[in-house]
Parts: sequence; structure tokens; C-alpha cells
Amino acid sequence: MSELYLLLAAALAGMALIGLFRTSDLLRRVLALNVLASAVFLLLVTLARTADGIDPLPHAMVLTGIVVAVSTTAAALALAVQAHEQRRRGEEP
Amino acid sequence: MTDWLVPLGNGLIAVGALFFVAGSLGLIRFPDLYARLHARTKADNLGLGLICLGLACQATSLAAALKYLLVWGLMLIASSIGATLIASTALACGLRPRQRRPVSHSAEGDQEKRT
Amino acid sequence: MNGLVLGFDLLLVAGLAWLAWQALFGRHRFTSVVHFMAFGLVMALVWVRLDALDIALAEAAIGAGVTGALLLAALGRLPAAAGHAPAWRAAQRPLVWLALATTLLVTLALAWVAWQLPRPGLAGLVGEMLPKSGVDHAVTAVLLNLRAWDTLLEIAVMLAAVCLVWSLGPALPPYAPATALPGLPALTRLLHPLFLLVPAYLLWRGSHAPGGAFPAGAVLGAGGVLLVLADGVPWMHEPRRQPLLRLLLAAGVLLFLCVALVGLLLTGTFLAIPPGVAGHVILTVEVAAALSIALMLMAFYLFGEPGR
Repeated sequence: MSELYLLLAAALAGMALIGLFRTSDLLRRVLALNVLASAVFLLLVTLARTADGIDPLPHAMVLTGIVVAVSTTAAALALAVQAHEQRRRGEEP
Repeated sequence: MTDWLVPLGNGLIAVGALFFVAGSLGLIRFPDLYARLHARTKADNLGLGLICLGLACQATSLAAALKYLLVWGLMLIASSIGATLIASTALACGLRPRQRRPVSHSAEGDQEKRT
Repeated sequence: MNGLVLGFDLLLVAGLAWLAWQALFGRHRFTSVVHFMAFGLVMALVWVRLDALDIALAEAAIGAGVTGALLLAALGRLPAAAGHAPAWRAAQRPLVWLALATTLLVTLALAWVAWQLPRPGLAGLVGEMLPKSGVDHAVTAVLLNLRAWDTLLEIAVMLAAVCLVWSLGPALPPYAPATALPGLPALTRLLHPLFLLVPAYLLWRGSHAPGGAFPAGAVLGAGGVLLVLADGVPWMHEPRRQPLLRLLLAAGVLLFLCVALVGLLLTGTFLAIPPGVAGHVILTVEVAAALSIALMLMAFYLFGEPGR
């Protein structure tokens, strides 16, 4: 069962990389980065199921990673939106 | 007492899942936004209520069963207000519901119905 | 029974792959964003299947909720897209197929190699340290005691992102709704107590069961974004309240740093929490961190500095 999720993580990472480099639109790039982050988190948590029990350290790393991913998304989107807003108002960015 | 609760719960969950399928079919097949909203809120909320009831039958304690029913109550509030928001915004933006024009019972009406 | 479980797993995997495909390569940007939000929700189900319940709670609130709200708000303000890159020329086709195949094969190979590597895991070590750490739940102990340095840095990174977003310009006014919507204030008034109760419960639960500061902060932040949408937090835009707002935003980092320095004074090691008071200290830091995370998620949604 874990092999299935491993395969999914690899497929998602591959698709996200292709989507990241194939598009020129910022919003789609942000989406691709988020999907890539989700794929890596899936890989980490699948690898955390060891023989002893469930390793809590990758869980903590993934929780941290989710928060950092949303911060990065917010920063990238804010940059794009504010640049467009200032260009629309006619000021220099 | 608990012998028939588990099969009852399974049956309720199965019926609830059927309602969800019906709501999703409505989402795909209905012609315009308002009909789709209708399918989504009515069928899906009823399906969710049946699933929550089935899970509450199989719950381990009374507190857990009440939590399942609370989930259904919250979902009702959120989806009903969400549906009114979507529908009123669509109406304000000019999206009219699709209506059949009423056919009059005269000779021209029969002519139109036949063509 | 095992066949049913496998079938459920296959359904989740196929659904996720299709949702990701639509999110990345969908025709319109709006459909991409909506598919991404559904992707986040199904991902929360996958976390539950993999026994990662804290992550499931945080993913459902942040990944599907707050990220979706941010993307939709940005979608409304950005100009119409230029579309995909232009089509490849015929001479480039073989190279492009080679590049695509190489990418997929490399990711598959990396995943397979990662699976084959020895994974001793730290579950045993963490289990030994658990009674001395002040809480009963392994993930909370790792986050707030054993690897508290990572959590401190993470909250600092989030604060830096808020500073970045706020330094770009004034807060963008939200688009007015098309009609008078009495439903929106009704929704916020009905759900407001629950938005405070559920995170408090999740926070308290974090000491002995899945929960803790991050899911609590995420749910509180998602509720806060709804309130910002419904214009239910006017005090955020008042210039008088700005110092209080900034103090609350920095409260998580500040309290964490204080705890770290006091630990340095008491035991000689930075961020070492004495085992006697560990439970209470962790709870205090969790409360401050959850409040800060919630306010920072709301601050992201403003896309600019309020109160100017």
C-alpha cells in the first residue's frame, strides 16, 4: 500500500516539474510549486512508516513545510498583485 | 441492542452515498447554475445527514454520536448560506434562470408544439 | 476486506493524479484553482490513510482553505493570462519528449531509491524522551520541545513573509459584493463562536492526541479569513489599533525567544526546557503561536499594509 503512495508522489513531482517549466503564467507556476511541495510531503510521510512505529520527525517537518509553503504562495501572489495594481494606477513599482 | 445498530449504520451510509451520487449527477446534467445549486444543496445535504446518522449509530459513545450530528448541523448552515450567496450574486450579475416559455392552448400553440 | 481498502487507495490515488493534472494543465485559470482546492481536500484524506492526523487537520485548513482563498483573490485582480507557452517546432519535438521522459524516469528512480535506503527512524528515541518532554503526543513533543528550534525559525519565516507582503503598499480594498447580501453577516455571527471554540479544543487536545498549535492556528486563521471577507474585523484597518496588531503578530516569535533565553539562563543550553515545567511552558507557547499564526494568515489575505 505504501508503494502506491510512493508512486503517486513521484508522478505528482514529475507532473509539477513539467507544469512549472512549461507555463509562463505566474499563477500556474505558484500552483505547480504547491503541487511539487505536496508531492515531496507525501514522499516524506510515506517514508516515515518504519518497522518500529511511525516516525514523528517527518510529520513535524511536513507540518512546518505546509506553513512555509503557504507563506511563499502568499508572498509571490502579493508581489504580482501589487505590481499589477501599481502599474494600473500609473506609478512606478 | 448493538447487534442491529451496525448493519443499520451501514445501510444508512450506503443510502447516503446514493444520494451523493444523485447530487453529483445533477451537478453534471442540469442545465443552468440555479438547478445545479438546487441539486447540490438538497441531495448532498440529505446524503450527508444520512451518512452522519449511520456513523452516529456505530459511534463508540454518546458524545461521539452527538459530534457527528453537530458536523451535519454545521454543514447545513454553511451550505445553505453559501448557496444563497452564490445564487444572489449570480442574479445580480445578470444570469437569468433558464425557463421554458409557457405554451398557449391555441392553434398556433399546437403548431409550435408539433414543430 | 483488504481488496476494498486497496480499491479505496487506488481511487484516492487516481483522483489525486487527475486533480493535479487539471490543476496544472487545465484550460482556464479558474478551473485550475478550483481543482487545486479539491486536490488539497483529497490530500487531507490521504494523510488520514497514512496515519498523519495532525497534518490532515492542517492541510484541510491551510492547503484547501487559506491557499484557495489567496489564489481566488489574486485571480480576481491579475490581468487575463497570456496562456501557455507557444507550441514547439517540429525539430524540437524529439528533444522535448526526451526531456519529459527523463524527468518522469528520474523522479521515479529517486522515489524508488529513497524507498530502498535504510530507515531506522527515530520513533524509539522519541518514545523514550516522551515522558520527560511534558506532553503525551509524539508530534507535539517533537515540534515544541525536541525540535523547537525548527518551529521558532518557521514562525520567524512566516513573520518575515508578512513583513514582505505589508511592505509592498497599502492594503487592497476588497471588491464590493454585487448585491446587499444579508447572508454574509448572518454566517459570521452564527459561526464566530465555533471559530473560537474548535481551535481552542484542538490546541488543548494537542498535548495528548493529534492537534496542537499548528492545526489550531490554521483553523483559527481560516475562520479569520472568512471574517475579513465578510468585513467583520474592521479594527484591523484602524490606525489606532496598528501597534496592538503588530504586537500580536510578533507575539509567537517573541514568546518563543523569551522561553529560549530563559532556558539558556536556567540550564545553560539554548531552547532547553526544564522537564518540571515543560507542560505549562509548551501550552503557553502553543497559545501564542496559534494566535500569531492565525493573525498572520489573515494578514496575508490583506495583500498590503492596513491602517495607512
